[in-house]
Amino acid sequence: MATASTGRKARPLSPHLQIWRWGPAMAISILHRITGNGLAIVGLTTLLCWLGAIVGGPESYAKFAAAAVTIPGRVIFVGLSWAFFNHFASGLRHFVLDIGAGFELKENALWSILSILTGILFTAAFWAAILLR
Amino acid sequence: MGNGTSIGRVRGLGSAHSGAHHWLVQRFTAVGNVILTTWFVVSLLLLPNYSYITVHDWITKPVPATALGLMIVCVFWHARLGVQVMLEDYIHEAGSKFAVIAILNLLTFAGVAFGLLCVIRLALGA
Repeated sequence: MATASTGRKARPLSPHLQIWRWGPAMAISILHRITGNGLAIVGLTTLLCWLGAIVGGPESYAKFAAAAVTIPGRVIFVGLSWAFFNHFASGLRHFVLDIGAGFELKENALWSILSILTGILFTAAFWAAILLR
Repeated sequence: MGNGTSIGRVRGLGSAHSGAHHWLVQRFTAVGNVILTTWFVVSLLLLPNYSYITVHDWITKPVPATALGLMIVCVFWHARLGVQVMLEDYIHEAGSKFAVIAILNLLTFAGVAFGLLCVIRLALGA
């Protein structure tokens, strides 16, 4: 084999995303990673900016509030809220999987889809609660 | 699968017997996050508005300040573990992996330090 003679660096790789047929479990797994890392990088940066703006006083808080209602600001906040609720829902799904439950094919697919829908539903409910009061 | 060679274990390349610990702490911090971020989101929804005075008065109270401080530690800890897994999956070269995880550790400590400093300053009357 050609891979064997080139040494450690050319070890065979397992098939990646494009090989597999898409299913709910695969989608929620990838969404969990994307939303988790998105929250870690963008979410925590935003959290620290918000705290820093409050410590800075009314003027810096006004700047933060003004940036939050611009179009990019709205995209970031709606995106972060969805990422949070999606990661929360699929995180709870992980707790169930961790105890060894929910691995039967149909049940697994059902809870994968429900996790995704729960994330979207809670995001909508969150903004409805803020905007409709 | 065996436990790796002796030198592999020393370098942390084989079974270093630290995987289960990482996995468990990811879960412990996740449980903390469920409680603390739920408190955070519900609290935000219960605020009458998001003016400086309202938000400032809320954060400076002892219980919200304590919970926010705990949330910062727990969330950053959980995020650091999660980002580490992502980096380990996508960065294949050992030297680069070491470098990005070193940077990740520094950024995590910096983020937690800044967050806690902000909360403590607000709680003690900035």
